[in-house]
Amino acid sequence: MNLKLDKQTCWLVGGVLALLLVSSLIGWLLSLRATTDEGKVTVRNLNARIRAWWMMVAVFGLAMATGGIGSIVLFALTSFLALREFITLTPTRSGDHRSLFWIFFIILPLQYYLIAIKWYGLFAIMIPVFAFLFIPIRSAMAGDCESFLERTAKIQWALMICVYCVSYVPALLSLDISGYAGQNGKLMFYFVLIAQISDVLQYAWGKMLGCHKIAPSVSPNKTWEGFIGGIASATLIGAGLWWATPFTPIQSAGMSFAITLMGFCGGLVMSAIKRDRGVKDYGNMIQGHGGVLDRIDSLCFAAPVFFHLTRFFFT
Amino acid sequence: MMKALFAAMAKFISGANAHWVGCEPNVRQRVYFANHTSNLDALVIWSALPPEVRALTRPVAARDYWIKSKLRRYLANNIFNAVLIERKKPTAHDNPLKDMLKALGDCHSLIIFPEGGRQTGTEIAPFKGGLFHLAKDRPDVEFVPVLLENLNRILPKGEFLPVPLMGSLSFGGPIKLEAGEDKNAFLERAQNAVKALQRK
Repeated sequence: MNLKLDKQTCWLVGGVLALLLVSSLIGWLLSLRATTDEGKVTVRNLNARIRAWWMMVAVFGLAMATGGIGSIVLFALTSFLALREFITLTPTRSGDHRSLFWIFFIILPLQYYLIAIKWYGLFAIMIPVFAFLFIPIRSAMAGDCESFLERTAKIQWALMICVYCVSYVPALLSLDISGYAGQNGKLMFYFVLIAQISDVLQYAWGKMLGCHKIAPSVSPNKTWEGFIGGIASATLIGAGLWWATPFTPIQSAGMSFAITLMGFCGGLVMSAIKRDRGVKDYGNMIQGHGGVLDRIDSLCFAAPVFFHLTRFFFT
Repeated sequence: MMKALFAAMAKFISGANAHWVGCEPNVRQRVYFANHTSNLDALVIWSALPPEVRALTRPVAARDYWIKSKLRRYLANNIFNAVLIERKKPTAHDNPLKDMLKALGDCHSLIIFPEGGRQTGTEIAPFKGGLFHLAKDRPDVEFVPVLLENLNRILPKGEFLPVPLMGSLSFGGPIKLEAGEDKNAFLERAQNAVKALQRK
């Protein structure tokens, strides 16, 4: 597709690697200084998270390096794993079996295929319209009416969050932005970077200063201090990265603000589901972070909004 | 080679996380007894074992099902090294217990599903008597309860296409036949040992 390694990409990649190096160093220093048992656990979790970040950055970098198709395959795989975690936690009945088979093996690949061929008109409506109608039809044909609406709604929700919303990340590559042709890879990098760094900064500010909880019954780790500090600093970083985007510094700040805000909301909503199901994490695939869905909850909510804002104002 | 491939595939499809709750993997002789909801069950337990244990462990399966096609026969004999037993009309000559005792020999372990068939819900049906007779004839063997969860959603009874959800399997602490324990008491204790592995 349309990715190339220009100077700005090198700066972005170099910046992320430098950041990881510094974090690893800080994590190592903290591990020497931790004395209390509780402190040791926190630091061990922090270091596991940093190690996982190295892995995730390596995978993401590799996907980007192979051009657009690599990114599409990576996010398709991410959707697959997230969907698997989500459906595992969701009570379904054997009457849903065929519908589930459809969403994993036909609708999911089809969505990413539509993204790959850049058919905006269809990838934007395939799941919200056609899959939306198809799932209850398929489940009704199976003939099990017990909790029919709940089961159908859960499958549709899983599909929207884990497939439709996530697929908006590689869909950024298909945007036709004037004066930015061939550089969309940077836009995707920028988006993922802001969304994830906002998570990290909210966590860091919350750990350092946090005391006023936002929604203790949903997510005990989310505090006003973490929220404000994280969003403000991530927005500043976003503004400072305007040179890699089609935006001016002010526009870039606005976009980053939207990304971080939606990312925060994504984390909150996905936490509410976890609390309801009585689990702490969606899975255990990523050391220190939990499951794939725990890591991408902010991306799920931010990606469609960022895509449509960019598409509306810049194409 | 083929065996390792099958094991890796089963792990991917079932996403199965093995929890060794009550014991550690070991090559000593054991009978793993589990609840049964899916055709994947034996495969999932078998593939969760470390390769050296797996090589000595034989799933016990219904002969009528596994000799129906060439592929099934190949899988049962060459991949899983299954012990095929008659479950419909056992006779003195064609006795599943004898077959299982013979299969245990002096180094093998078995995987059995004492409910006698696949269940459709999450309830565990009462166990059949074979487990008791095995325990009585082989007091030297450890009986390890195994609980399989979510596999009925991956491949429910009557379906042939698996959905890639995450299953889990838990291995509990071994039990043995107590002195003077009768058949019903032992079977009930065994069933409870499987139930007790349910994670909240």
